[in-house]
Amino acid sequence: MLEWAFRYRWLCGVSSLGAIALALLPFATSTYVVQLFISICANVALATAWAFFSGTTRYISLATAAFFGVGIYTLAIVHVHLPLPLALLAAAFAGFLVALVVGLSTLRLRGVYFVVFTFGLTELIHQLINWWAVKNRAVTRYIFTDISHIEVYIYETLLVIALLTVAASWYVSRTRLGYALRAIGEDETVARHTGIDTTSVKVFCFAASAAVMALVGAVTTLQQPYIDASIAFNNAWSFEVLIAALLGGPGRPWGPAVGAILLVLLKDQLAGSLYFGIALGLCFVVIVYLLPGGLAPLIERCHQGFDATAMLRVLRGAKLPDGSPWPRRLKLGLKAVIARLNAFWRL
Amino acid sequence: MAASGNGVALSIRGLQKAFGGLVAVRDLSFDVPNGAITGLIGPNGSGKTTVLNLVTGELMPDRGSVLLDGQEIAGWPSFRICRARIARTFQIVRILPNMTVRENVMLGRMFGSEPADPARARREAAALIERVGLGGRAEMRGAQLTYIDQKRVELARALACRPRVLLLDEWLAGLNPTELQTGIGLIRRIRGEGIAIVMVEHVMEAIRALCDSVVVMNAGERIAVGTPDAVLSAAAVIGAYLGADDAAA
Repeated sequence: MLEWAFRYRWLCGVSSLGAIALALLPFATSTYVVQLFISICANVALATAWAFFSGTTRYISLATAAFFGVGIYTLAIVHVHLPLPLALLAAAFAGFLVALVVGLSTLRLRGVYFVVFTFGLTELIHQLINWWAVKNRAVTRYIFTDISHIEVYIYETLLVIALLTVAASWYVSRTRLGYALRAIGEDETVARHTGIDTTSVKVFCFAASAAVMALVGAVTTLQQPYIDASIAFNNAWSFEVLIAALLGGPGRPWGPAVGAILLVLLKDQLAGSLYFGIALGLCFVVIVYLLPGGLAPLIERCHQGFDATAMLRVLRGAKLPDGSPWPRRLKLGLKAVIARLNAFWRL
Repeated sequence: MAASGNGVALSIRGLQKAFGGLVAVRDLSFDVPNGAITGLIGPNGSGKTTVLNLVTGELMPDRGSVLLDGQEIAGWPSFRICRARIARTFQIVRILPNMTVRENVMLGRMFGSEPADPARARREAAALIERVGLGGRAEMRGAQLTYIDQKRVELARALACRPRVLLLDEWLAGLNPTELQTGIGLIRRIRGEGIAIVMVEHVMEAIRALCDSVVVMNAGERIAVGTPDAVLSAAAVIGAYLGADDAAA
């Protein structure tokens, strides 16, 4: 571990400094910026959790809103009886349990059937809770917290969740479990015949990702004075998370986070207008036609050719020798994009 | 049979499987001795691949038993059968297209009979990749390989599972004469390590060169069993391949 930390000392140093800076952010900026960062952290955690299961196994789930909503409702029900941290844990556990039951009964479905099922599941849970709420004459539920500066509490909690989710997703991608998930996505039959217990892997990882979604739902909802079923089970969450993950690149553990940040910033710029929906649609078209692997492979290609020392020399005024790697790599990256564009026009 | 002295690795008893009204495998029994190559041959549609699917848990048998070292494994899930040391390749080659050759082979080592962590699997995959003749191509993605090289990856992945019994489904099909000789040499060396091999095959040259015994199937039933030379000249076998009239003529 120490050896590893030493080898990646720059990465470790920069990321810990970055994490500290992010944690101190609310004490140096306006409420507006904090709200923006709350949204970023929530979306980063959701997109990363989604891609952890759906990006690797290619079981495309539209049930993000379902688990998000289960988290919200669990919190709304138990937070009056339990201390807040326990209530949040209960929400995560509820998401885990629901996903476990759903996973055991449905992960036999593949492709479009699984997609449609998860979409239907969200609607089913939504309507069941609606029915139950109406029957109990409690259509809206109130959230009571006695924390001053609740947005700071929410931000710090979501920051920890987002960072841990990305770190966990990165760590798992290097373990046997990570290889098992990818193998299932590539060819489930081969995975089974190479000794992978595919059912256990799928159900456990689906549930783990659902737990994160439920937790994020519970934390973000602390800001709301009240909730109802249509707020909790809003399908927009499922689609935005999916698009964020695909835009960033579900093939890399850090890809979905990039997509989520971009999408939140875009949403912030277009807030209150009709344009966000259009931008979302355009994003989707761009991903499908031009960036089937998302932005991550493109970023990686530029980064591989990125030579910090050469860059410094250039900044100091030195001329680059011909064929030095990073501009060439950049050119290659652009070439790939142009080739895709050409193919698109011909279509 | 020369190599059958050291016991039976896999024993198939009264195996039966029907798809609707079609009986694909009917009351099939045969033994696979340790360290020997058993050929499974027969015309197309005679049920050979179904037998492999029944043995590896891809399909559930309707009746009968599959014994590995005397232990009943019929009805086990595929992953458990793999961990019990039965590995296979597929008739229509199945490699993981977006994983590298090394990662494909690592999977067998990480999840097979003696699971290893990724770092160790990575080191040990190198030797297997070299052995099947893919040295220098370890970092290529599966999809970039030629058909023949994809077959090599499949074999390396199956060997990485550390099998006691290896099932090859037409692994030698589609090879050119030079590649065929290399392939035959490779399979012979695998047998030399004491691994029992079942090979479904149409290439008669390979069957004669490699098999210690041959089981012939037709319409789901065993119609002959014995050494390659004896079996391939039997009237029933010629009849099954060519049709009864031609065989009689």
